[in-house]
Amino acid sequence: MTMAMESSFKNMTICLFVICIVCSSLLAGVYALTKEPIDAAAKAKNEAAIKEVLPEVTAAIEEERTVTMDGVEYTYNLGYDEQGNTVGCAINVETLGFGGPIAMKVGFDASGVIWNTKVLSQAETPGLGAKCTETAFSDQFKGFNPYEKKLAVKKDGGDVDAITASTITSRAYADGLATALKVFETIVATPMPLN
Amino acid sequence: MAEFAIMFISAIFVNNILLAQFMGICPFLGVSNKLSTASGMSMAVCFVITLATVVTYLLNMLLARFGLEFLQTISFILVIAALVQMVEIVLKKISPSLYSALGIFLPLITTNCAVLGVALTVVTKDFNLGEATWYAFSTSLGFGLAMILFAGLREQLALNDVPKAFRGIPIALVTASILAMAFMGFSGLV
Amino acid sequence: MGKFQLITKGLIKENPTFVLLLGMCPTLATTTSAINGMSMGLATLFVLVLSNMAISLIAPYIPDKVRIPSYIVVIATFVTLLQFVMQAYVPDIYETLGLFIPLIVVNCIVLGRAEAFANKNGVIDSACDGLGIGLGFTLSLTILGLVREILGSGSAFGWKFIEGDGILAFVLAPGAFLVLAYLIVLFRKVTQKKAE
Repeated sequence: MTMAMESSFKNMTICLFVICIVCSSLLAGVYALTKEPIDAAAKAKNEAAIKEVLPEVTAAIEEERTVTMDGVEYTYNLGYDEQGNTVGCAINVETLGFGGPIAMKVGFDASGVIWNTKVLSQAETPGLGAKCTETAFSDQFKGFNPYEKKLAVKKDGGDVDAITASTITSRAYADGLATALKVFETIVATPMPLN
Repeated sequence: MAEFAIMFISAIFVNNILLAQFMGICPFLGVSNKLSTASGMSMAVCFVITLATVVTYLLNMLLARFGLEFLQTISFILVIAALVQMVEIVLKKISPSLYSALGIFLPLITTNCAVLGVALTVVTKDFNLGEATWYAFSTSLGFGLAMILFAGLREQLALNDVPKAFRGIPIALVTASILAMAFMGFSGLV
Repeated sequence: MGKFQLITKGLIKENPTFVLLLGMCPTLATTTSAINGMSMGLATLFVLVLSNMAISLIAPYIPDKVRIPSYIVVIATFVTLLQFVMQAYVPDIYETLGLFIPLIVVNCIVLGRAEAFANKNGVIDSACDGLGIGLGFTLSLTILGLVREILGSGSAFGWKFIEGDGILAFVLAPGAFLVLAYLIVLFRKVTQKKAE
């Protein structure tokens, strides 16, 4: 093959300019093409997570709502049964774990008992804190009644079994659930337009 | 204030960029034979990471305003490459002594994934500018600490009789493994 | 060199991980399990083949002094393409590999092949070269991930054969360094014996 061209200010500028234009227009095109599947994948994931934390909700999932508590905005979805009664609420919370924020979804039934929890994203240590995504840990929250048991790890006098050697992650998880409970109480206390 | 202190300790010891996050391993293995070159490299990296993070943070705000986030990777790497070149030129002019100390390391830094890595981490973490700068600075100090400790160990290691198959990189990796284990001891700190 | 040799040389003779010792960051960071290692290897393979082909096509028209920035832009474009595709069709894998997908841009293997091979050779040869090196990288990452997964979690490709935990240290940072060190030594021993 031929050797590279001689460099002059003019051809260098033109060359870089052309490459940048071609590349960014190519990207813009592909971005437009993949935007729909990306959004669809995110939406499907979110809906699957809602179904997981609100197992007894049978009706279609409607739009996300927001609520403000202590100056922070939280998003949540209400779950209805076929008669249109509100049977549960899935709240998104974020808590600070060991490796960074842990985003989770917490499902409550109408009385404030936890249905299920689901980690949406986390950056905990694999093999240690990352076990918070496994059912061995998260199943203990199925049917956890925060008004009878305490949302804190056993080390801190609560009723949550911590992951071995990952107290920080477990504590963060319990904290996240406690925040979600407060958000739930705020939602319940706020008069809501019925539909 | 406490948050900044926690971020500092966590970035240096607990989530050390080299020993826990595995970014910037190439210079970590490549230029850690001598303590003097390792400290030169660390200083250059520290300077570039902090500067690049501030610039890319601002650039990202601009991209977000125009809805062009999909150009993030490409524009970040270009800005970092240009920035490194500029630092090189400026340093040559204003401080030849510093240039002779850091100069040879600068071109290597563009492809150091720690720089792009920190820049990308910062924009995903919703930091404000102050936090972003502090995070970048602390992280790069962590890079320097691990680098200098490692170079010190390797200088000692060079005097020992190492089995033939282990010479060079393998024994360095074993050393890094032990160092990483030592750093895990800091886990409980934060 | 024939096309077949171009593809196979990356597996052993010029294995990017065990012989050339390139691209160490993703090698250490993403090999917590065999599947993760393999996904990272395939992602790099994708970028490597496409960028090698594109660069071999445009190299004759690029002035010498701006060739590195031009190559970086081309590579970054393919990496971003990969990000979109992964986000759309394999979002779970994308999330697991996280930051290390955009960091393929600064993987020295990719720029190294552009500079050492693609800008001097034809499109087909460059594609074969990218494929070979990429396969070598994928193979090494899968092996490394497999060893760490077996020792660290007592499973292989997600299939668990021991109850409970393995030796945790192998999934964590120290294990990454240690397993890689021993695999390099093993690789050296085996290839040396062959040469003799």
